[in-house]
Amino acid sequence: MSTAKTDTLPDPSKRDFLYITTATVGTVGAASFVWPLVDQMNPDASTLALASIEVDVSSIEPGQAITVKWRGKPVFIRNRTDKEVEEARKVSLSELKDDEARNKNIAEGGATDRNRSAGEGKENWIVMIGSCTHLGCIPVGLAGEYGGWFCPCHGSHYDTAGRIRKGPAPENLAIPEYKFIDDTNIKIG
Amino acid sequence: MSGGHSQYVPVNGFMKWMDDRLPLPRLVYDSFIAYPVPRNLNNWYTFGAILSIFMVLQIITGIVLAMHFVASTDIAFNSIESIMRDVNYGWLLRRLHANGGSFFFLAVYIHIFRGMYYGSYKAPREILWILGVFIFIIMMATAFMGYVLPWGQMSYWAATVITGLFSAIPIVGEPIQQLLLGGFAVGEPTLNRFFSLHYLLPFMLVGLVILHVWALHVVGQTNPTGVEVKDMKKETVPFTPYATMKDAFALSLFFVLFAYFVFYLPDYLGHPDNYIQADPLKTPAHIVPEWYFLPFYAILRAFDFNIGIPFTDIVLIDSKLAGVIAMFGSLIVLLFLPWLDFGKTRSGDYRPLFRQFFWIFVIVCIGLGYLGSRPAEGGYITAAQILTAAYFGHFLIILPWLSRFEKPKQVPPSIADAILAKNKAA
Repeated sequence: MSTAKTDTLPDPSKRDFLYITTATVGTVGAASFVWPLVDQMNPDASTLALASIEVDVSSIEPGQAITVKWRGKPVFIRNRTDKEVEEARKVSLSELKDDEARNKNIAEGGATDRNRSAGEGKENWIVMIGSCTHLGCIPVGLAGEYGGWFCPCHGSHYDTAGRIRKGPAPENLAIPEYKFIDDTNIKIG
Repeated sequence: MSGGHSQYVPVNGFMKWMDDRLPLPRLVYDSFIAYPVPRNLNNWYTFGAILSIFMVLQIITGIVLAMHFVASTDIAFNSIESIMRDVNYGWLLRRLHANGGSFFFLAVYIHIFRGMYYGSYKAPREILWILGVFIFIIMMATAFMGYVLPWGQMSYWAATVITGLFSAIPIVGEPIQQLLLGGFAVGEPTLNRFFSLHYLLPFMLVGLVILHVWALHVVGQTNPTGVEVKDMKKETVPFTPYATMKDAFALSLFFVLFAYFVFYLPDYLGHPDNYIQADPLKTPAHIVPEWYFLPFYAILRAFDFNIGIPFTDIVLIDSKLAGVIAMFGSLIVLLFLPWLDFGKTRSGDYRPLFRQFFWIFVIVCIGLGYLGSRPAEGGYITAAQILTAAYFGHFLIILPWLSRFEKPKQVPPSIADAILAKNKAA
């Protein structure tokens, strides 16, 4: 037996054990409490439940466009005239500020008019999120130097395929996931 | 410069009893009555006090407005109108609060420029300065969220554009934006959380202001000569009545200007578009922030070009992200001011070159403010690019260069000498 005095602490390893376990439980507890505090800010169940809508497009004549609200944002649906499609097709990729399709419905691809439109047989249709890729303002339809859309906030010009041609916006207007469920109805989201 | 030991003497038995248990009266006495201030402070030094009063005013009017405001996208806009029309004195309270924000910023800008001119950020006042920058940033966040609450067109689109800044961050940008908004676009959750935070942040501001004043009282105030107090008796006066009266007088004048706006030009500093209810499907033709954010808005929009490796197509930072980095950078750079300007001479009065660059900097800031209010096109963008370069150049090139090469004028040996010399000349 050692001759340690009575005022030294008995069994220091027990104190270390208590100290470390308390600190560990405290840290894990605090971390697991922080996550709910952060995650409560994310879009809630009711917001996510509104994630898809169906739109009847039978009444949109060539040259006309409508705006519908999806996830709180406007979605442009435009039935383009043959002339507009023809003009958009003629543009070569090298002329574009952003040459990616930005189309959620195709894997990858250049921003050709085909890749931006609703695809085979539906080339006249274009469906896009109407939120300028610069800072989120809503571009005005049938306007701008390229006959497509013009954003009044900071002067971005988009062509009839919604591709950024001039101004501060970095990307083409985004195309959401959508599909024609029959000839006249589109499901967005 | 806390004046060494406390001079507090309890006036009666009760105060003595109190002092032995919780010496709060002693703290107040030492901080706001006996606290020594340099006797040569000029009127530019009154804005600290003016700011604390405005903070209290904003909190009081804000708390009562919150009793009538409804944070719901369907009702918020109308609840503001009912405050203006139905609530007793609601028109007055709302106008005090809305214009109070503007005057809070006017005072804080004068306060910041004063600190820059007299070198109030130099050792040993670095922490004092940094706390001030944090106060400024929290103020901006508070003002921005408050502006969203009335749910007008400008409110809605300001929220869209400002939260859109975060989407510029690569990869995590969009999830962060959705986290901030609580949805895919500005909506009900956004309005509710902004209301909650708009109520919280002012109290964090109070905490920071207490630290700011504490740090001030540890190191003492600067003064127009930039020389530290050497003789406490000859060179300082007690805070009360000297500084209290001077601050109160300046505050009265400032309040006259404030009242003129509240009663005669209540909407002059606002935007007519904000009297149109928020419409998620229509953007106003011309989005502009409140006047006090305009210089930063101009910096944000100055970047209409991608930054990449020259002669290649490789883009390192696209134009949108560059604007966002520059805008936040214009605030962050302030934190480093004590080390960017490392010259020994504090006061601009004794730095002839610095003084000229200081005034150029003030003009640059005002110029950026003007450009922020203009549409982003043509010559305005070029001008904003030049002034943005001048803004950062002042901090990153001019100040370090001046610190090294400028020949300052002879600084008076003490505050007392400076005062005597001035009186002799007069």
